[in-house]
Amino acid sequence: MTKRLLDTSIVLFGVSTLVFFLTALIPGDPVDVLLGENAAAADRAALRQQMGLDQPVFARWIDYLGGVAQGDLGDSLLRSRSVAALIAERFPATLQLALSAFAVVLLVATPLGTLAAYQKGRVLDQTASVFALLGQSIPNFWLGPMLVLVFSIGMGWLPVSGAQAPGSIILPALTLGFSLAAVSMRMLRASLLEITNQDFLRTAKAKGASGLRIAMRHALPNALVPVTTLLGLQLGALLAGAVITEVVFAWPGIGSLLIESIQQRDYPLIQGVVLVIAGSYVLLNLVTDLLLYWLDPRIRESA
Amino acid sequence: MTIFATTILGIWALLSLLSLLLPMAGNEIALESMFVAPMHEGYVLGSDELGRSLALRLVDGAGISLLVAVVSVGISTLLGTALGILAGFYGGWVDRIVSRLIEVFLAFPGLLLAIAMAGMLGPGIENVVIALSLMGWVGFARLARNQVLSLKQREHVLAAVALGQTNLNVMRLHLLPLLMAPLLVEASFGVASAVIAEAGLSFLGLGVQPPQASWGSMIREGVRYLLVAPHLVLVPGLALSLVVLSANLLGDALRDRLDVTSHSKR
Repeated sequence: MTKRLLDTSIVLFGVSTLVFFLTALIPGDPVDVLLGENAAAADRAALRQQMGLDQPVFARWIDYLGGVAQGDLGDSLLRSRSVAALIAERFPATLQLALSAFAVVLLVATPLGTLAAYQKGRVLDQTASVFALLGQSIPNFWLGPMLVLVFSIGMGWLPVSGAQAPGSIILPALTLGFSLAAVSMRMLRASLLEITNQDFLRTAKAKGASGLRIAMRHALPNALVPVTTLLGLQLGALLAGAVITEVVFAWPGIGSLLIESIQQRDYPLIQGVVLVIAGSYVLLNLVTDLLLYWLDPRIRESA
Repeated sequence: MTIFATTILGIWALLSLLSLLLPMAGNEIALESMFVAPMHEGYVLGSDELGRSLALRLVDGAGISLLVAVVSVGISTLLGTALGILAGFYGGWVDRIVSRLIEVFLAFPGLLLAIAMAGMLGPGIENVVIALSLMGWVGFARLARNQVLSLKQREHVLAAVALGQTNLNVMRLHLLPLLMAPLLVEASFGVASAVIAEAGLSFLGLGVQPPQASWGSMIREGVRYLLVAPHLVLVPGLALSLVVLSANLLGDALRDRLDVTSHSKR
């Protein structure tokens, strides 16, 4: 476990470093990019100082890492606020969206995956695998508008975009959860099928346990380990997938904040959002590992 | 299913060739025929808000997506495989550095890193290729490293080393050929993700710039007219999904055919 914690901190260090050096990708001089080449020398110098560009790279890097370690992500170039405050303001909306999408995933994947495993090779299983294939192939920036077309424009049931109207979370959550629901369903099906061949299930059957008891008491808990791993990884991926979904539905989270900051070339804000999403992803992976450690005695033994 | 997939991918390739023959034909504006529905007034797939032919724009978009996918997957494969083989073969500090790099890049889920890089670089087709290559190499590096770690214990490799082959030759002649099958499988899944990623970046306005058509930017522009002309979104999305579906199916088929058991997917 100590090794796992150490690894996580090294990765977080690497992630912050990579995010810091993203600015190296800006073509030419960032001051020229922001102010144009004909700006007054005094303005240029002021911006240069504000961005810390008058310092050597190494000093700026250490400074950035030090700031990140204390939760200071710098200041926005265009809005007179700190990056951390701007992100904190928009983060709850993204979290709400990600958790709702996660609920969609659980509600769809658990029954479908279980049924598909028990009906292996039959119509329901085949339907489920078509669904899985579509989940991998339909991008969310197309699925979103299509859902709007059917449920908002066609049926008039749900709002087109924004977060004000009641029910406005439904379409974004479905859009974001769709592909993950498909993958999780396949995963649950596969791990249930693998478990069906295990000795302890045969023993349970030989002892005369009912089908339901075998499914609920013996098969499902064991199938949960790989599924938990996947879900833990994917909850973080939902935060990243939320970027596109938020743009589709004008959802006021950090994803749309990221795209706004890119359009405005607000470099510290871009860096801040990217760092927060990647950092959350890394920490969620750590939590997943700790959860598995607690769930599965075999992992505990080997650690 | 494989026939379906190869047919779709074949059509994709043909359309891309066509887009080379008819450069930018999809940019022709005809304001007298805006929002024509499919199969009307001589427009097979209809026209958009500027009266541009959707069919021709679809052809242009096919060219862009194929170009970006092939070039970025090509660069990712070369870069990732080279680093992965070096890490697996030499071990030690080379492996430690490459493995750490892989871990750090994997800490950026989905399109996040590509969005961030494209955002810094600014829009444009070259920048999309750079962003996707820098995002995509990790999968190949991880695959190559893991394969080499087990392959280098094989007898023919030990024999080659014992016979005094240079390290470069061992990697080139005795390890690389055995990596081809799994790399090919990974590459076809890579094409699927690159096509989605290019369209995603263009949808966000970070990819190709107007008036150049890309399937992603067509969806982006079409969303505004969803109420009056849903075909503007339907058509490019359908094309995009079909190509991605086919690349995924081809990857599955190759994996079964080439008997590649371990396959890592992001």
